[in-house]
Amino acid sequence: MMNEFTDAGHAAWRLVVSLDPTLAEIVYRSLMVSVIAVGLSALVGFAVGALLAVARFPGRKFVVVLMNAGMGMPPVVIGLVVYLLLSRSGPFGGLGLLFTPTAMIIAQSLLVFPIICSLSRQVIEDLLEEYAEQFRSFDLGVGQVLRTLLWEGRFRLLTALLAGFGRAIAEVGAVLIVGGNIAHVTRVMTTAIALETARGDLALALGLGLILITTAFAVNAAAYLIRDYAERHAA
Amino acid sequence: MRPEYFPTDVGILPLAVRSLGLRLDSADLLTDISFELAAGSPTVLLGANGAGKTLLLKLCHGLLRPSTGEIRWTGVDAANATGRQAMVFQRPVLLRRSVAANIDYALATRGTPRAERRSRVAQVLDETGLTPLAKRPARVLSGGEQQRLALARAWALTPEVLFMDEPTANLDPAATRSVENLIRHIAAAGTKIMLSTHDLAQAQRLAGEVLFLHRGQLVERGDAQKFFTEPASDAGRAFVRGELWW
Repeated sequence: MMNEFTDAGHAAWRLVVSLDPTLAEIVYRSLMVSVIAVGLSALVGFAVGALLAVARFPGRKFVVVLMNAGMGMPPVVIGLVVYLLLSRSGPFGGLGLLFTPTAMIIAQSLLVFPIICSLSRQVIEDLLEEYAEQFRSFDLGVGQVLRTLLWEGRFRLLTALLAGFGRAIAEVGAVLIVGGNIAHVTRVMTTAIALETARGDLALALGLGLILITTAFAVNAAAYLIRDYAERHAA
Repeated sequence: MRPEYFPTDVGILPLAVRSLGLRLDSADLLTDISFELAAGSPTVLLGANGAGKTLLLKLCHGLLRPSTGEIRWTGVDAANATGRQAMVFQRPVLLRRSVAANIDYALATRGTPRAERRSRVAQVLDETGLTPLAKRPARVLSGGEQQRLALARAWALTPEVLFMDEPTANLDPAATRSVENLIRHIAAAGTKIMLSTHDLAQAQRLAGEVLFLHRGQLVERGDAQKFFTEPASDAGRAFVRGELWW
């Protein structure tokens, strides 16, 4: 039994260092899907988060609570919702997006959006508290305030971005449901690990797991380095 | 000596404050304050902690609305008053960027063209002795350097009036001296300064005119020398003698 694991471990290591094409393809697709999803979420999430921090309107608290709750949304539920929306009989069925990487990007964007939105709202709100009087003294307009706050919070916003990416790259529920784990089309690291483990191909599963862990580690290391840099340069 | 950017005949001064009152949560924080702020040497707002100095400065600068009374710029250019005054806070609020970029930012908010900004930033850094720090991140400077930068940034806007709320309250004596030198420099270049402090010695070093605030009321106002040598009120006498009168 122990031998089986060590053999699989050796095989996994060989796959990784030889850049096995099957493995490389899956890794590449995973990164593409999650990077695009996080990019889209950030585009909207930073703006909405900043607006939520700055604007006062009826129902604002409700939206803030909703976004905070959304941070813990189970990926399978998001997968299910997107599946229903994109399935042939759903409202967007005509687009034919189900079981494509686009569907996976949509699902992950929805998964990551509340995270980026909530974290950036918190960042911007803290900054605004610090700067509010100075901004009024400068007589800034809303646009100037938003632009300034987004730039002032750049390091912490980058950390929020990484938190979103960490969540996206590691989730399996949403991409499995809307992507379908189709080889060479929608198979990503997490779905491949689930499948290969079930099929008993431990080498590929472990190899992908290794890369996934390394990615998670790299993301956290990057977040740490950013914080460290920011403390020394932007306090 | 007044620089050409705000000749007296087109300024926003004097500032007329009449029967000003501020009430928050049914507490009278400032009552019936009237005075006129005119061009000239620095006006020092003197008083103990909690006398209402910060509130009065914020009211004058337009950061707070009075509950009663009025605050009115009465100069020829009064309509543009917002853009011709600046304020430096007790704790400097600096942006998370370099010293030079902080000054550049303030100029940009006023719509100063880029080319003009560059030369103005260099000039202000030079005059305030901050040139060696130009590229340093503003937020990691020492307290004194941060306050000097806050002053330099406010001054870069060539305000006609500059409000300062206890600018040296958190600084050591050496840093206080360098900030005070800068304040004198700015005043000499023609900007009207209204500064609050609870530090009698600082008031003596800087003030041309004193407004003495006690428990939310303006107890004395007038020539600084006269206030220091023969204060007219009990509270003023106690304050000048350094006795706690509360």
